Amino acid sequence: MAEAQKGWWLGWGASSVSLALSLVSALVLFSVLLVTNGKNPLDTYASIFGSTLGNGFGFSEIFVKMIPILFTAIAVALPARLGLVNVGGEGQLQLGALVAAAAALAAGTGTPSWVGIPITLVAGMVGGALWALVPAILRAKGWLNETISTLLLNYVAIRVVDYFVFGPLRDPSTSNVPQTTKFADGFLWPAFAGRIHLGIVFALVALVLFAVVINRTRWGYEIRAAGSNPLAARRHGLPVTAYVLLVLCAGGAIAGLAGTGEIMAIQGRLRPGFSPSYGYLGFLVAWLAGHRPLRILIMGFLVALIATGGDSLQIDQGLPSSTVSILMALILFMVLADAWRPDRLQDRIQAWLSAKKRGSA
Amino acid sequence: MTGGFLESWLGGAVLTSTPIFYAALGETIVEKAGLINLGVEGTMLVGASVSFAVASSTGSVAAGLLGGMVAGGLFNLLLGPLVIGWRANQLASGLALMFFGMGLSAFYGKPFVGSSLDGLRSFPVPWLSSLPFIGSILFKQDLLVYLMIPAAAGVWYLLSRTAWGLHLRAVGEDRLVAYAAGSRTGLLRHQALFLGGILAGVAGAHLSLAIAHTWTEGLTAGRGFIAVSLVIFAAWSPLRILPGALLFGGTLALQIQLQARGAQVSPFLLDMLPYLVTLVVLVLLRNSSRGRMPEGLKEVFESPREGK
Amino acid sequence: MMHMIDQAPAGTILLETRGLSKYFGSLKANDGIDLTVRAGEIHAVLGENGAGKSTLMKLLYGYYQPTSGEISVGGVPVAIDSPRRGRALGIGMVFQSFTLIPAFQVWENVALFFDRREADRRSLVDKIAGLSQSYGLGIDSLALVRDLPMGDRQKVEIVKILAAGARILIFDEPTSVLAPHEAENLFRVFDRLRGEGYAVLFITHKMAEVLRVADRITVLRRGRISAALTRAEADRDLLVKLLVGDLSPDWSDAGPQRASSARGGAHALEFIGVSCKTDDGRPGLQGVSFSVQPGEILGVAAVSGNGQEYLGDLILGVRPASEGSIFLAGNNLDSAPPAEVLHRGVACLPEDPLRMGAISGMTVRENLILGRQVSYWKAGGWSPDRKKLETDAEAALMTAFVQSPPSLDVRAGNLSGGNLQRMVIARELTRDPAFMISYYLTRGLDLSNAQAARELLLSHVEGGMAVLFVSEDLDELFALCDRLLVLHAGRPAGTFEPATTTPQEVGLLMTGAADG
Repeated sequence: MAEAQKGWWLGWGASSVSLALSLVSALVLFSVLLVTNGKNPLDTYASIFGSTLGNGFGFSEIFVKMIPILFTAIAVALPARLGLVNVGGEGQLQLGALVAAAAALAAGTGTPSWVGIPITLVAGMVGGALWALVPAILRAKGWLNETISTLLLNYVAIRVVDYFVFGPLRDPSTSNVPQTTKFADGFLWPAFAGRIHLGIVFALVALVLFAVVINRTRWGYEIRAAGSNPLAARRHGLPVTAYVLLVLCAGGAIAGLAGTGEIMAIQGRLRPGFSPSYGYLGFLVAWLAGHRPLRILIMGFLVALIATGGDSLQIDQGLPSSTVSILMALILFMVLADAWRPDRLQDRIQAWLSAKKRGSA
Repeated sequence: MTGGFLESWLGGAVLTSTPIFYAALGETIVEKAGLINLGVEGTMLVGASVSFAVASSTGSVAAGLLGGMVAGGLFNLLLGPLVIGWRANQLASGLALMFFGMGLSAFYGKPFVGSSLDGLRSFPVPWLSSLPFIGSILFKQDLLVYLMIPAAAGVWYLLSRTAWGLHLRAVGEDRLVAYAAGSRTGLLRHQALFLGGILAGVAGAHLSLAIAHTWTEGLTAGRGFIAVSLVIFAAWSPLRILPGALLFGGTLALQIQLQARGAQVSPFLLDMLPYLVTLVVLVLLRNSSRGRMPEGLKEVFESPREGK
Repeated sequence: MMHMIDQAPAGTILLETRGLSKYFGSLKANDGIDLTVRAGEIHAVLGENGAGKSTLMKLLYGYYQPTSGEISVGGVPVAIDSPRRGRALGIGMVFQSFTLIPAFQVWENVALFFDRREADRRSLVDKIAGLSQSYGLGIDSLALVRDLPMGDRQKVEIVKILAAGARILIFDEPTSVLAPHEAENLFRVFDRLRGEGYAVLFITHKMAEVLRVADRITVLRRGRISAALTRAEADRDLLVKLLVGDLSPDWSDAGPQRASSARGGAHALEFIGVSCKTDDGRPGLQGVSFSVQPGEILGVAAVSGNGQEYLGDLILGVRPASEGSIFLAGNNLDSAPPAEVLHRGVACLPEDPLRMGAISGMTVRENLILGRQVSYWKAGGWSPDRKKLETDAEAALMTAFVQSPPSLDVRAGNLSGGNLQRMVIARELTRDPAFMISYYLTRGLDLSNAQAARELLLSHVEGGMAVLFVSEDLDELFALCDRLLVLHAGRPAGTFEPATTTPQEVGLLMTGAADG
């Protein structure tokens, strides 16, 4: 038993070192890019990390960004355990926001928070789940791969939201600005530190639930089995098709909460373009994390940090904020490539340890 | 519908379909080799931004075009070590490439945002362009439009009639058999990525130089994914790409025409059309597509993979 | 391309090995092999599984490099460092799993292996037609390989190597995928090749074939040459002795039939006029009817791909029956889903346990509860009962592994073929099923483990389990089964009791050769 435990620590240690090395190599490559364009990488990093870690408000902003990112990451990770690639977080969060907005506007003023907030939760999840339903059905029936369908629907979702915001849900009092009417207080999610809001509680709950379900429950076992070998799973009675529908819609629902949180806590109304690619950032985080809950938390923080830092790049360095997508893509490349070979690293460390043992024996 | 409407629409359809066509043609080569590159969007963006930047700076459209092609080829090549050497998940890697392309093109394109350029101009084909109706649709376009059919024929010939193409397709069907036959599977796939990238670069260049005549971030707006869908729709045949591209180009162009004519349809609903049409077409043609998918692709699309 | 050995008269030594050895670490796969291959001769290499036949072939073909010893072609020592080099020397190889691309046409498959640049379509098509004619192969260059039956695909492989100029043709277990009449065709092709001065080298474990067609026989045993004989010097008993040594409980020397333990009463399983379609919509099974009693073993004798693969799918409910009904213990299955079928006491050892019966990414422990996982969670699925899981898993392994069971923590994908097979057997039988369909029970198992598996199965059968026993091994079928169902091209070709028929007769029926 001791042997097995030691192996566990070793594995964990090796993959952490490997991850750190991946991050460092990505930073190095990014620096090269900056240097070849006449930008001082140190200044850039100072801007990114300084505005976030070195600054009270900046630090809290990391968590503000982290909330929707955690939701969208789970939305990718859960289906991924079943072997599905859900790229539709962006669209699902848009529809979640839309339905939540519609519900809030329909229910009107005078709704107390203990009613209003649950309404937004339910509506947001319904919106997101519905947007994932069509890709889920198409995949379940074996008609179309969900990667393509969710991707295409992302582009459709933005236009759907635009349609409503410019049309039926438009705020008549601000006719030159496309946005919905302000939501009544009863629906807004309260903030408590800086702009960090109630969503962080929901996000962490969702993450813990994801962890428990996937690792401890029977459904998690069945999902993991089906994700690894759907043919064998089916032959042994596992309801693979039902799980396809379930995980995609559940993922959509969770992504819907990302959108809901943004409009109910940060924006106060639904505006077009309220999401700076949170859906895709969640995708990035999930893959960086290997779809594992604890890692989603860590990588979520990291990506949120970089994304927040990126905002200040425009002001400080005159770089487009999408510059940070270069850094994030580089990190993802390194991690996907398993570039620092955690298993080889583990073997090397193990060999070094046993050599030491023999030496001292 | 008046004749004028049809002419403008169809002429616009041909123009609009061109970038999608080239990107899909390039992706066909890649997929025949058993790889799927969801990052075509990124490659197109790189092609678009680089070609615009070079054309603006040098004043030469040809240089711009060339720059876009080279940049596209090299950029696409990045997928190679990732999915071939390190065996990373192809779908996720492609999307990573897309982000990379989005970021890179925004970064390098920043100085050129909003500036306009004459770019690639259309020129009429003598005599043919004076034909009624089809004259203005087909024969008053730019060079890249005219080259679409030769390009499709060229890629078809390359894939089905040359030894290179034979080995490439073998790699896409069954890498082990190809290896046993002495094919250099890694080299071939990288070559496919390079070629595919050149064509995607051309696609991007056309978009910025011939259609938009400018550069903005995210210019391609999902056309890369439409191109990937188009490859499936065309059942991986270079010859079927053109009709498919025209279909999608037609949908895109329709929206522009209807808006220009003040049609009483919400611009947003029209905007959705290309993507919805793509979705519907893919579903309707699912059975015929499946039969022609290169075997090597099936494992990417259909089965979940181990670990991670 | 060098043809050092072109047009050599019959009897000339084309290829020779001296002291050829290949070690994998401490494993001596081939040890000091002296082999002589002559033009105009059919040379059989006979050996059991694991005797080193494949390794030897791969050395000759250039896949492996020898650890020591030498190979000479046409009298000249050579180093065959790659398959390409092997081909250049005139050595061609036909593997058990064909190196063909189903989506390509025949000529494209041939072109792929052509080293010449001028492999143009027209000349290749003509060449293929010519070869096809000369050797009685009968293939159409423009046909898609995926539309060809196994026997024809093998012929494409032969054309490939002939077109590339091979003079030494090596075949690895060529009849393993063929029906008996297709095998006969192949032997006729061998005859013609021999007549034209080619050297045919084929490896096999089937003595009957060796005695039917070989001119020279080399017997391999545990990596070494046990004997090198001419056909005249060989007979069955001698070969058996050389193959496995004395006193082997050779299953093919089967003793008397096992006593039937079939019970009366309701059928454990019944198929009535069952038909189904393949994934491409073609007919799979057509009008199959049979029944199995509790405590009975009904053998299914069929060549690979003749419909028996659908039996498991139909019973489990993963494939619908287009016609007919299936009854389990008297109740109509009526396309019940797998979960329900399993719940009703059905177990399955599938044709491909790795792909169909195990989750390679999960541990042995997790694999052992597949199909009955519900009972290992409490609180409706929220909380795992790890203790029960542990004890049950260990107990299950004990039933199928007499010694050295794999660790429960090993990933199923890392298990050897034999261990995986036994793990699946353990899992399925631990459920104490009322009915089991078993495909190729002893595949991948060596002699003693195969014996153990059969005994485990029999112990359950004696306890009342009914078995549908699918196997390609006629000897095993005859020794184990109470009755035999023969399938050919998806249709039933007869039901027999082993005592009233012979393997030859069944073999003929399996291939449809008995009709007309």
